[in-house]
Amino acid sequence: MSKDECKQVVLDIIAEIAPDEELSDVKPEVALREQLDLDSMDFLDIVMELRKKHGIEVPESEYGELVSLDSCAKYLTPKFNALV
Amino acid sequence: MELSRIVITGIGLTAPNGNSLSEFRQNLLDGVAGIQRIEMRYMGEVLAGVCDFDPMRYQKRKEVRVGTRAGSISIYCAREAVADSGIDFDAFSKDRVGIYVGITEHGNVETENEIYNISKFDYDTKFWTHHHNPRTVANNPAGEASLNLKVTGPSYTIGAACAAGNLGLVQALQMLRLGEVDLAIAGGVSESIRSFGIFAGFKSQGALAEHEDPNKASRPFDVDRNGIVVSEGGALYTLERLEDAQARGAKIYGEITGYHVNSDATDYVLPNPERQTQCMRAAIKKAAIAPSQIHIVNTHATATPMGDIQECEAIREVFADCPETYVNNTKGFIGHAMGAAGALELAGNLPSFEDGMVHPSINVDQLDPKCEIPNLVLNKPIKAKRVDALLNNSFGMLGINSALIIERVSD
Repeated sequence: MSKDECKQVVLDIIAEIAPDEELSDVKPEVALREQLDLDSMDFLDIVMELRKKHGIEVPESEYGELVSLDSCAKYLTPKFNALV
Repeated sequence: MELSRIVITGIGLTAPNGNSLSEFRQNLLDGVAGIQRIEMRYMGEVLAGVCDFDPMRYQKRKEVRVGTRAGSISIYCAREAVADSGIDFDAFSKDRVGIYVGITEHGNVETENEIYNISKFDYDTKFWTHHHNPRTVANNPAGEASLNLKVTGPSYTIGAACAAGNLGLVQALQMLRLGEVDLAIAGGVSESIRSFGIFAGFKSQGALAEHEDPNKASRPFDVDRNGIVVSEGGALYTLERLEDAQARGAKIYGEITGYHVNSDATDYVLPNPERQTQCMRAAIKKAAIAPSQIHIVNTHATATPMGDIQECEAIREVFADCPETYVNNTKGFIGHAMGAAGALELAGNLPSFEDGMVHPSINVDQLDPKCEIPNLVLNKPIKAKRVDALLNNSFGMLGINSALIIERVSD
């Protein structure tokens, strides 16, 4: 999986948990919560969907790695690639 | 002590046969029921009353996803009631508003969903949602409404089995009289059709209705009745002190002049007509009127064989020699809306103050002789000589009884 593909996976999850948000111009380097109406419960939904849909575990101590699309891609892409 | 007079100034509702008072009322007068077959987890098809209001009218998609069905019903009904009241809600002090939502139960739906969810993951609880607790706390339906309407006054639910709709209104009356709030949004809601446990429980009890025609399944007083049709729905009212409503020139649907709540203390599920009689009489006494001055009695009767007979016994006793008192029932149209039942059924009768019509109980092809009551309105509406007061019965499991009396407010 490429980093761009990984970003799309995260965006697909966000589209489900925050269906009122416009996601076409999300800036990958900017914190997600600075540009989208996401609260802490939504963030936990992202973690849950990664677990349910993709078998990816994000320990609580590493939640900070999911702050932006870029950081998500950097942190999650190796995890996705380790699955195959 | 002179008690404040409390009046109803707005109504918001959703029922299986209508999403506004006018639509609901018209269908009650036209004999239009709203029961259908739905697929129930583990059970196959069951009969249910399903509401088709649009939650997106007042909620964002994310709020619907995160919240509960009971929350959505509360929000829809509360917003509709506030709009109907004509009050300048934006300018109203939100810390002087209270929300009191009657519920039969809450949390079954969400808990069942979550157990089903983790069953797909070998019952590993790390897949259990973090939304579970805010969804299942007992105050959820009122809390979601308070979030949506930005109400900061006291907002909570009243758990009272199927008497809950009336009890929401009683709580509102008491809080207004105590001066704790200046505007109350109150009534009852139910999301019960999304819980297989409710249906399976009634089925195991031998109290779940079945009929080849869904709209014939709920048939209180009919000799062939065979149980309850479970429904969802809600009805919330705005209530104010009479002087406040008059000062702003509000439309006044009626005044709560009497109420009573008591407990059977006899059985988990079987009703007690003696306590029902006491409850109605105590409400009438508080209203300081005679039984003959009540022109409509809306029965709770759910179409269980014993329950209907026992309520009829109680009504025969309280309303003996009351030639202008008519008796009706709403559940033939909409099934049993559980926590919403009392509040919804009251709404169906309130327009009688204006149009003088009494809607019927439907699906009574052959009246059970044990349910014969003078002036029981069957299958077709009738025009009453006058309608100045109505009594609304709502009873629930564990032996909770409630009766509410609403009177016309003269100009």
